Amino acid sequence: MSANLPEFNLVKPSSIAEALAAFRDQPHAKFCAGGTDLIPNMRHGLFEVETLIDLGQIVGFDAVTINGADIELGAGISLSKLVGRADIRERFPAIVKACEKVAGLSHREAATLGGNLCLETRCLYYNQSEWWRKSNDYCLKYQGDICHVAPRGNRCRAAFCGDLAPAFMVHRAEVELVSLNGARRLPLADLYVEDGAAHLALQPGEILASVHLPAARARSTYGKICQRGAIDFPQAGVAVSCRKEAGVLQFELAFTGTNSKPILLEYREPLGPKTDADSYFEALEKQVQKSVSPQRTTTTAPHYRRLAVAALAVRLARGLV
Amino acid sequence: MKRIVSLNINGKPVEDAIADNLLLIEYLRETRRLTGTKQGCDGGECGACTVLINGRPRLACITLASTCDGAKIETIEGQGEGGRLSALQRAFHENLGTQCGFCTPGMIMASEGLLRQNPDPDDAEIKAALGGNICRCTGYVKIIKSVRAAAQQSAGAA
Repeated sequence: MSANLPEFNLVKPSSIAEALAAFRDQPHAKFCAGGTDLIPNMRHGLFEVETLIDLGQIVGFDAVTINGADIELGAGISLSKLVGRADIRERFPAIVKACEKVAGLSHREAATLGGNLCLETRCLYYNQSEWWRKSNDYCLKYQGDICHVAPRGNRCRAAFCGDLAPAFMVHRAEVELVSLNGARRLPLADLYVEDGAAHLALQPGEILASVHLPAARARSTYGKICQRGAIDFPQAGVAVSCRKEAGVLQFELAFTGTNSKPILLEYREPLGPKTDADSYFEALEKQVQKSVSPQRTTTTAPHYRRLAVAALAVRLARGLV
Repeated sequence: MKRIVSLNINGKPVEDAIADNLLLIEYLRETRRLTGTKQGCDGGECGACTVLINGRPRLACITLASTCDGAKIETIEGQGEGGRLSALQRAFHENLGTQCGFCTPGMIMASEGLLRQNPDPDDAEIKAALGGNICRCTGYVKIIKSVRAAAQQSAGAA
C-alpha cells in the first residue's frame, strides 16, 4: 500500500444542501462517509479524486425518526449505533446480525449505513496494488479492456459484497435519494444494477439520504460465508425473512457476494402445516442455486460458493420456522 | 490544502495546520512524534493503529486527521499515569499478553475501549471487541487472559 494518500481538497458541508451545492461546484468530486472502504481504495490507487466531500459532518445525517410504526434511518448512522438500538434489534434482527458481521468493531464505529449500502464492488483482479493491476493490463473496472473474470463477456463481474443490503431488502426497505433536482424514493433493490463497474442507480451528485423501514414485522436472520471471523467481506451472504400469512409461511431471501448486485428472491411457495418440509427446503435450495451467479471474483471457487450459500440459506430458513 | 484543526491528544489541547490528505496515523507518528501507535497493514486490516477517538476505538490508518477536528484522541502514550502502567498495560505485562509487542498498543487501546463500555466482559465479548486486532506471536489466549485480568483488577479496586 502506498505510504501517502494523493493530494485532494476536503470539503466539509454541514447540511445535505451544502453537500449537493459542493458537488455542483466540483462535479468530479466524490462523497465520503465513514471512509472505511473508500480510503483504503484510494491508498490502493483504485481511483483519483480532486475533491472529497465529507458527509460525516452533516448535522442530523445520523438521525433516527420514528413515524408511527415506520422507522427512518439517516444514512450517516454508524453501524455500531445501529447495533445498539433495541428497536432495530427487536423488529429487524437480520439487520443487527448483518451489522455485527461487518469487519471489526473499530470499523463499525466509523462505517455508516449509507456507506455500506453504496459499498464499491470487489474483485480479485481489482482490489490489488497498482503494480499488480498494471502488470495484468488492468481490467474492465479500471483502465483496462477486458474483464479477467469473464474475458468473453462485455461487462465487469466484480461482486457486490455489502452485508447490510440483503438484510434491509428482506425487510422491504426503501431508500430516499436526494439531489439538486429533488428527492426520490425507491425500493432498496432498485438502487442496484447488475454491472460491477457501475452497480448503483445513483445519478451524479445524488446522495442516499435515508432508509425507510416499514411497519410490517417478520422474523429474520443473516449469515455469511467468509474465511475469517472478522474483517472479512462475504464470499457469499444471505438474509432470510419469514412471514406468516393466512396460516402459511413464506420466505424472502436476499444474497450478497454472489453477483454484481444483491439478489432478492421472493419465494412464493407456501409452507403450511401439511407441507413436507424436507421436500420444501430441497426445492428452496435448488431455487437459490439457480438465483445466484457467483464468479471467479475471489479465491474461493464459484461452484462451492453457489452450493454453500444455498445450504446456508436453507439452514437459516429452517431456523426461522 | 491545509486547515487549522483543534484536537485534544491524551488530555492536552493542540492546534495544528493539517493537510486534507493527511491520515491520523501519519499525523500522530510524524507530526506529534507519538510513535507508540503502530503502522501495521496500513489498510484497516490489522488493528495495530487502534486509538480512541472520543472514547471509542478507531483505526488511525484509515481516518483523515482533518475529520477529527474537535475530537478527543487517546493513544497508548496517554494510558500510563505518572510513570505507572495502566491496569491493562500491567495485566498485559504480567500475563505475557505481549510478545514482540508490535500489536500491543492497538490491543490495549481496543481493550480500553471495551472496558469503558463493559467493565466486566466475558471471553466472547473480549474476542468480539478484539476481532479486528491481529497478533502474529501469542495466539491470543494470553491476550484474552490479560484483558480479563485487567477487568478483574479494576473490579477489585473499585
